[in-house]
Amino acid sequence: MAATIRNAFDPGFGVYVHWPFCLSKCPYCDFNSHVRKGEVDEDRFVDAFRTEIAHRAALAPGREVRSVFFGGGTPSLMLPSTLEAILRAIADYWPMAADVEVTLEANPTSVEASRFRSFKAAGVNRASLGVQALNDIELRALGRQHSVAEALAALDVANKIFERTSFDLIYARPQQTPAAWRKELELALGRVTEHVSLYQLTIEPETMFERMVDAGKLDLPDVDTQRALWDVTQEVTARAGLPAYEVSNHARPGSECRHNLVYWRYGEYAGVGPGAHGRLITPRGRRAQATEKHPEMWLTCVETEGHGLVEDDLLSAEQEGDEFLLMGLRLREGIDPARFFALTGKKLSQSRVAELIGDGLVELTRDNRIRVSSEGFPVLDAVVADLAA
Amino acid sequence: MTTRKIDTIRNFSIVAHIDHGKSTLADRLIQATGTVAARDMVEQVLDSMDIERERGITIKAQTVRLDYKAKDGKDYVLNLMDTPGHVDFAYEVSRSLKACEGSLLVVDASQGVEAQTLANVYQALDAGHEIVPVLNKIDLPAAEPDRIRQQIEDVIGLDAADAVLISAKTGIGIPDVLEAIVTRLPPPQGDEEAPLKAMLVDSWYDAYLGVVVLVRVIDGRMRKGQKILMMGTNAHYEIDKIGVFKPKMLDVASLGPGEVGFITAQIKQVADTRVGDTITEDKKQCAEPLPGFKPAQPVVFCGLFPVDAADFEDLRAAIGKLRLNDASFSYEMETSAALGFGFRCGFLGLLHLEIIQERLRREFDLDLIATAPSVVYKIKLTNGEEIELHNPADMPDVVKIDEILEPWIRATIMTPDDYLGAVLKLCQDRRGVQIDLNYVGKRAMAVYDLPLNEVVFDFYDRLKSISKGYASFDYHITDYRVGDLVKMSILVNAEPVDALSMLVHRTRADSRGRQMCEKLKELIPPHMFQVPIQAAIGGKIIARETVRAFRKDVTAKCYGGDATRKRKLLEKQKEGKKKMRQFGRVEIPQEAFIAALKMED
Repeated sequence: MAATIRNAFDPGFGVYVHWPFCLSKCPYCDFNSHVRKGEVDEDRFVDAFRTEIAHRAALAPGREVRSVFFGGGTPSLMLPSTLEAILRAIADYWPMAADVEVTLEANPTSVEASRFRSFKAAGVNRASLGVQALNDIELRALGRQHSVAEALAALDVANKIFERTSFDLIYARPQQTPAAWRKELELALGRVTEHVSLYQLTIEPETMFERMVDAGKLDLPDVDTQRALWDVTQEVTARAGLPAYEVSNHARPGSECRHNLVYWRYGEYAGVGPGAHGRLITPRGRRAQATEKHPEMWLTCVETEGHGLVEDDLLSAEQEGDEFLLMGLRLREGIDPARFFALTGKKLSQSRVAELIGDGLVELTRDNRIRVSSEGFPVLDAVVADLAA
Repeated sequence: MTTRKIDTIRNFSIVAHIDHGKSTLADRLIQATGTVAARDMVEQVLDSMDIERERGITIKAQTVRLDYKAKDGKDYVLNLMDTPGHVDFAYEVSRSLKACEGSLLVVDASQGVEAQTLANVYQALDAGHEIVPVLNKIDLPAAEPDRIRQQIEDVIGLDAADAVLISAKTGIGIPDVLEAIVTRLPPPQGDEEAPLKAMLVDSWYDAYLGVVVLVRVIDGRMRKGQKILMMGTNAHYEIDKIGVFKPKMLDVASLGPGEVGFITAQIKQVADTRVGDTITEDKKQCAEPLPGFKPAQPVVFCGLFPVDAADFEDLRAAIGKLRLNDASFSYEMETSAALGFGFRCGFLGLLHLEIIQERLRREFDLDLIATAPSVVYKIKLTNGEEIELHNPADMPDVVKIDEILEPWIRATIMTPDDYLGAVLKLCQDRRGVQIDLNYVGKRAMAVYDLPLNEVVFDFYDRLKSISKGYASFDYHITDYRVGDLVKMSILVNAEPVDALSMLVHRTRADSRGRQMCEKLKELIPPHMFQVPIQAAIGGKIIARETVRAFRKDVTAKCYGGDATRKRKLLEKQKEGKKKMRQFGRVEIPQEAFIAALKMED
């Protein structure tokens, strides 16, 4: 039964690998990243990754891997041989799709750029660079270790070496005006080959930026300016042929990040490494999994217990419905209401959908999908809450 | 227990302002007489409800019997009657006081006499009490016993030369208090041979015993198995348990004149008993009931609705249970277009209202929406009829109304003179009429007549805030007066919300309407569309505000497939939505119904 449902709406299967180390902690970042003074024992990590991959493969055997994503932290800090060994372990336990997408997140520094060729040889075919801003003063304010010139040079190297590249920018930064962002974005789009991620700066709990906001030391754009920055982003990217296919992700049609689509289409993914999340469908249902965040603690867990999981919960139908909506509606393509019904056994409220359509926030597509409109995207969280309630 | 000589009994109560140390003093007296072993002592033995302890108030009358060997070598029985300490329970207080012959007037030796103290001490004097002034907290550096003694003489007109100086906290002076009770308070009077005559002081529901009745015997003798008659309700019972509180229940064979104790008699609910009623023997009735008996009269009404309509039956059961133990509040079913099914409840006053709401929330775990408290208006119709209006939603068509009368109160406010200007302005803004203003040392005492509907929402909160907590306030209802009152409706997204409609004085309508709309604008969260909020009298809009649609609300990044964190946020959001009430497409948070009424003058 589970198998048939999976086949009917199959968004594919991917593996997420978390490398938790950074050279320094950026003040806005609440990801699971840790700074280590000494060397990291990468061989020990490779063994642990292999163990954890085996554990997940036993839970979800036979899935064809369509994407692998090395995220972090800063996975470009790991040795190319480490990455290669982890990829080999994945291929040992699951069949790999012929056209598997293997993405590496990388810092755009000259040191890392010098290793891109080795990463390519290890199996990476897509690079995602954390450029973040095209302004040296602001890069420093964001705690980044690279300059604009260095980032652009690294991007050129990546474009030459990898089949596919993408980079990230952060906007709605302190004191940023819509006019300044328009200029910066237009400049950036000239460098985009096929994909770019444009993230609005979010002040996350327990970050340095949050402490600065609390202390009144960070002058963030107000809601109206944030909205103006959003509108500029949509306008400029659409004109450049890079419309948003997800809230913060833009691509030329066909060049979307396949791995992230697995998440948003609410597919299956295994998460391995410290602080990685996964969703696997086992005979008992869909499991929400998360691993121990602390790197050395994770190592110990894996070495003694065979896996690093600290959360492994079966999701209720309502929870699956919630996750499906909040992930799926992030996509411009929207969701298939029939799949919501298949997951939850309940239909989306017709009257709510009709009201939201009346407000111009939601649209029905010709193939009967429900999607959020251009007006709805900036208030997506509220739309989702309304539909999920 | 042997029959006791009436001249070795002393029945007394303690009159004090909140925080002046009534409960602590009671604890010390209990301890000093060895009534409760030290190891069993919990703070504030008498206030047994959580709410009573937290708020430092007493809601139900309670009593404790203290055995005391005085310096004259005789054994005395001292009955401490703990009376409700709030004006909402003025009638209950008056009955409790009637059950005693004297009072200790406890005044904080640095803060002095407060409005509440005044009201209560006058009641004690009205009840014919002998009064022993006690100055508490004399161990504190700020204590000024001489000044406060003078103040007691000036304000109350009581000789305070022999005031007992104590610190209830440290125990200083406690033996002097016990001696003063014996030597300065009179013993009760009574005739053991006369037919039974006892006062029903209070009653409550006990899960094991059923209704427990607190009694004070005036004449005759009460004993187990006796057949009794309650004269006010004309109900017959047989006493099946009789005893005293030490403070735990202790059975005795009988209670004679002057004694205080409890009985149980298979009484089904508290509502079957009336505070102040006279209990006599069925076969040998006393000639006349005790004077001063009156039934409870609700003064303030409000609607209580379950947040989740599915909880209506739970609310009905909870209200029924509370009513078992509190006959002074009334309820009837109410339907609101906006809020669905609920109850219109009547209370003795604002504190009583808050206590009932709080108990429903706490003891029955109910999520409630309380509508605007409303006073009882009397409406004279053009056809000569007069009706009582408990709910603004029921207001008759204006063309049928001849005039509307509203209840007025007389308020006594005491405040340090620094805040007098602000206090007077507040009273003036609330349509107050000054009756008296004078000074006692550095404190001013203002007496005002005020319409109750101006006081009912937030007068006390405002008074506290403009006086930094120093002003004290007490009131009693005086009369009904004709007022130029109009019904103001509130429309949210063009739909009238009946639970927010209210009667206001015409001269105050515009500013109230404006303030309500402004306040609701803050309280109603932004929606995905604009929400207009309007105040209207009849068809005329008198104020308008708009809640802007929100413009940006989207999570930028979903990290590494971490759907869990987002899902948990969504679950919280869904939970939050359940706490809101849906009016058309607008969600109004439950607290908005009361918060909207709080005015910033």
